Amino acid sequence: MVNDLPVAAITAKADVKGLSFYYGDFQALKRISMAVHERKVTALIGPSGCGKSTFLRCFNRMHDLYPGNRYDGQIVLHPDNTNLLAREVDPIEVRMRIGMVFQKPNPFPKSIFENVAYGLRVRGERSRRRLEEKVEQALQDAALLDEVKARLHEPAYNLSGGQQQRLCIARALATDPELLLFDEPTSALDPIATASIEELIHDLKKQVTILIVTHNMQQAARVSDFTAYMYLGEMIEFGVTDELFIKPQMKQTEDYITGRFG
Amino acid sequence: MGGLVESQIRRAIDAFGSGDMALIDQVIADDHRVNGMEVALDGDCSQLIVKRQPAASDLRMIFAIAKTVTDLERIGDEAQKMARMAKSIHQRGAAQVPLAVDVRHAAELAISLLRRSLDAFARLDCDTAAEVIRDDAGIDSEFRAILRQLITYMMEDPRTISTALEIVWIAKAVERIGDHAKNMAEYVIYIVKGTDVRHTRIE
Repeated sequence: MVNDLPVAAITAKADVKGLSFYYGDFQALKRISMAVHERKVTALIGPSGCGKSTFLRCFNRMHDLYPGNRYDGQIVLHPDNTNLLAREVDPIEVRMRIGMVFQKPNPFPKSIFENVAYGLRVRGERSRRRLEEKVEQALQDAALLDEVKARLHEPAYNLSGGQQQRLCIARALATDPELLLFDEPTSALDPIATASIEELIHDLKKQVTILIVTHNMQQAARVSDFTAYMYLGEMIEFGVTDELFIKPQMKQTEDYITGRFG
Repeated sequence: MGGLVESQIRRAIDAFGSGDMALIDQVIADDHRVNGMEVALDGDCSQLIVKRQPAASDLRMIFAIAKTVTDLERIGDEAQKMARMAKSIHQRGAAQVPLAVDVRHAAELAISLLRRSLDAFARLDCDTAAEVIRDDAGIDSEFRAILRQLITYMMEDPRTISTALEIVWIAKAVERIGDHAKNMAEYVIYIVKGTDVRHTRIE
């Protein structure tokens, strides 16, 4: 078949092994196992409540914030084979390595510059020159620099929605993360801002591994290399995007992506 | 559209046999109906794509329909071509139309291929589609046989050359109809299985 993967050329950035997750008594994820391939975009799709956002949030230990939540299984981050879910691993450390961008742009009520510099300051960076370099690079990588160069010290809220979202991406990029998590990054944006974010995702995969949750199936088809379909906390199908949207292996996937669901 | 195209070939080949000028003109005139259907169906496909963003089997179905429609329209053109040749042969009043029977036999095969590929499409039946793909070879060999016989006629009696050449065109049209039917059968397999079997050997 034409679409067969050059398997040797792809290495895993992370391996999810038998991951289950519980909100108290409710099991939201059921023994999920999959690989997240390095410098590729992996999309998670599925109906509301299927657990895709829950799954995404496991990667940077967001669930630690609430008592009663429980992880089972492992998420192993390569190349150092750290189990992100291990108790002894500090969630702050995890979040330094794994950035996240949310559905709605959530800049801090600070200047554009300070938004991007924030993670670096948390990390203890004091040198003004290093901060400026890093901020500029992150804004450049997030395709925002040209638009904000002249007003770095204005409040971030003066930016448009699409610009704010790219600012959040720049903020996530500033700490040189190895993995970026996107939770429906364009659902609050217009088509033009959406297109620029999608283009950005495409460029970013040269330097970082990306995991994205999206409700927009066409977006998953456009931006991702791999797609996973989830339903009721289970991983139903995981495969190469170009194949999954033309010829899914599972009937459930077919029903979902053709809109015959339920 | 499939039914209309099928009847166009049927009438073209009957008119070639009988020399019924009214029927011939009818076939030639009706080709625009086939063309109109192609345009309308393509428009419907575009509308479906733009409004519903089909995926998976829906996408394959629409893609296959758009391609099938093109093949059907070409078959319509071939039927019209056969009618034109038949008209020219009979207007010349060539008393002897040799080999009409052989061409008719090949044409029956082509009509059967077309009918079976349309059935395969309607029922999404891969087995019938695979049969059509295999059987197309039969028409190809019929065509080569007709060609050899016509060459013999032309060498024996040069007065038959004009007519014989026109029969070659008719036979060629029949052979092309078989190819189009085969294409359509390949799209059926693509719809059902998602595998593209064009330019490969079946089984």
